[in-house]
Amino acid sequence: MLNLINVSKTFNPGTADARRALDGLSLHVRKGDFITVIGANGAGKSTMLGAICGSFFTDEGTIELDGKDVTMLPEYRRARHIGRLFQDPMRGSAPGMSIEENLALAAGHGGWLSAVTREEKRVFRERLALLGMGLEDRVKQPVGLLSGGQRQALTLMMATMQTPKLLLLDEHTAALDPATAEKVLDLTKRIVEENSITCLMITHDMRQALELGNRTIMMDRGRILYDAQGTERETLTVNDLLERFREASGRNLANDRMLLG
Amino acid sequence: MNASAILSLGQTALELGLISSLTVLALFLSYSMLNVCDLSTDGCFTLGAAVGGVVALAGHPFLSIPAAMGAGMLSGLLTAVLQTRMGVESLLAGIIVNTGLYSVNIAIMGNSSLLNLNKSPTVFSLLKGALKGTPFADQYRLIVALIAVAAVIAFLSLFLKTRLGLAIRATGNNPDMVRSSSINPVFTTTVGLVISNSFTALSGCLLAQQQKSVNVTIGSGMLTVALASLLIGGVFVGKRSIPLRAVGAVLGAFVFRLVYTIALRFDMPASMLKAVSSVIVIIAISGPYMKRQWPLFKRRMEAKRGKAGG
Repeated sequence: MLNLINVSKTFNPGTADARRALDGLSLHVRKGDFITVIGANGAGKSTMLGAICGSFFTDEGTIELDGKDVTMLPEYRRARHIGRLFQDPMRGSAPGMSIEENLALAAGHGGWLSAVTREEKRVFRERLALLGMGLEDRVKQPVGLLSGGQRQALTLMMATMQTPKLLLLDEHTAALDPATAEKVLDLTKRIVEENSITCLMITHDMRQALELGNRTIMMDRGRILYDAQGTERETLTVNDLLERFREASGRNLANDRMLLG
Repeated sequence: MNASAILSLGQTALELGLISSLTVLALFLSYSMLNVCDLSTDGCFTLGAAVGGVVALAGHPFLSIPAAMGAGMLSGLLTAVLQTRMGVESLLAGIIVNTGLYSVNIAIMGNSSLLNLNKSPTVFSLLKGALKGTPFADQYRLIVALIAVAAVIAFLSLFLKTRLGLAIRATGNNPDMVRSSSINPVFTTTVGLVISNSFTALSGCLLAQQQKSVNVTIGSGMLTVALASLLIGGVFVGKRSIPLRAVGAVLGAFVFRLVYTIALRFDMPASMLKAVSSVIVIIAISGPYMKRQWPLFKRRMEAKRGKAGG
């Protein structure tokens, strides 16, 4: 499904700030995988997602999506198959445009010169109702009036409107209050399951990392340190994860926002 | 001043307002929607006037309109390519194209800075002929301008609802979102600027034919004048639907012209037009900022006074 082969990326090469964010990273993602990604600050988690969706071109290595080499494909071309959510709820929708207009853009049916139809508008409202936030009655309102949680839920809906091959979640609930975060996470689980979307999710909540999905990878210094799946993962505890990290890297896992239990 | 003089003043303001409102609508697309301040506006306005004038002079007044718009599109394409593909800062791209257009415009007018259309047929004179004997015979200039403005508003209202139009709005509204989406911002920026510049050129083309002459400075200051009109229009309609906001932009252009025409009546020198538009733009853009800063300023003053008083 998704193959990262020996991918490396150095930011600011040749300067004092040069930083090797990805260092010969390889990862094979199977169709239907729901992978949680953990790691210390600067381990390369977000950079990995950036490399996958093409926010920058990698220096070395190959990225394959669904059997196709996308290494040099520009971001907007990959975005047709990859949905992405960021931590910042403001990033995924246009505040000055209405909910309906944002959704019309995400739905992307028809050609450039097609306008959104009445039927599509009805579908929008139906799907908005599924979010359980009352947004279906506010379709004409600008998105800028929504709360962070509402905007993130809307972004999630936009990203999965045309079922993507891959969904990349970069701590997408971290900026929300706990109750809203839970709601958005439940929505995420439901949408991912219903459409059997392959998914990578970065989280700083270790317990969540083990509870959600079918696979957990731990990153450090631009590589994958540990990859837990199958029966091995079922019995894994947060303490085991920390122990694994110490064994593999010789350091303690430190992340200023990490939730250990 | 008698009633007929006032009426004629109003009509002139209406005509000029409508013609220049085409440039305001161009900025509505590039400045309000795409969030690009297109500094090539002045040059593109003159380009439209020059190309349109030359084609009309050659005896093809109807052809002058598509010719001017096509030239505007090319100019917009160049500005867009410079800023999206060649690493030139957006504002700088506009300035560079604007400067280059000055020479191009003089070349188009046959190495002259003035083109006289007095003896040439124009779109206005064509309509004048067609309307002879009808009750609208005296309104021919107004009708041409009205048709152009209505067509552009109708186009914008429909276009900004299409997927491409929405994508252009999103590009201006949240570049971050567009960058990580399946919309190519290079494409949307280019399309937006090409379209908006065609309107600017159309505006120049019509003004030249209405005044029956093209001066190479005909477009100078147009950007600021149009921006002032756009911001005045924004005060009237605020954040409403796209068609309403487009109508507001036209209304802004008309009000601007009206105020200016009245000021001329009261012996304001014509050369003050640009200064007035600058002041309006300053007030409209910096006003809201000053208003936000005012409470802080007051607190700082009070703190200072408090200290002085011990």
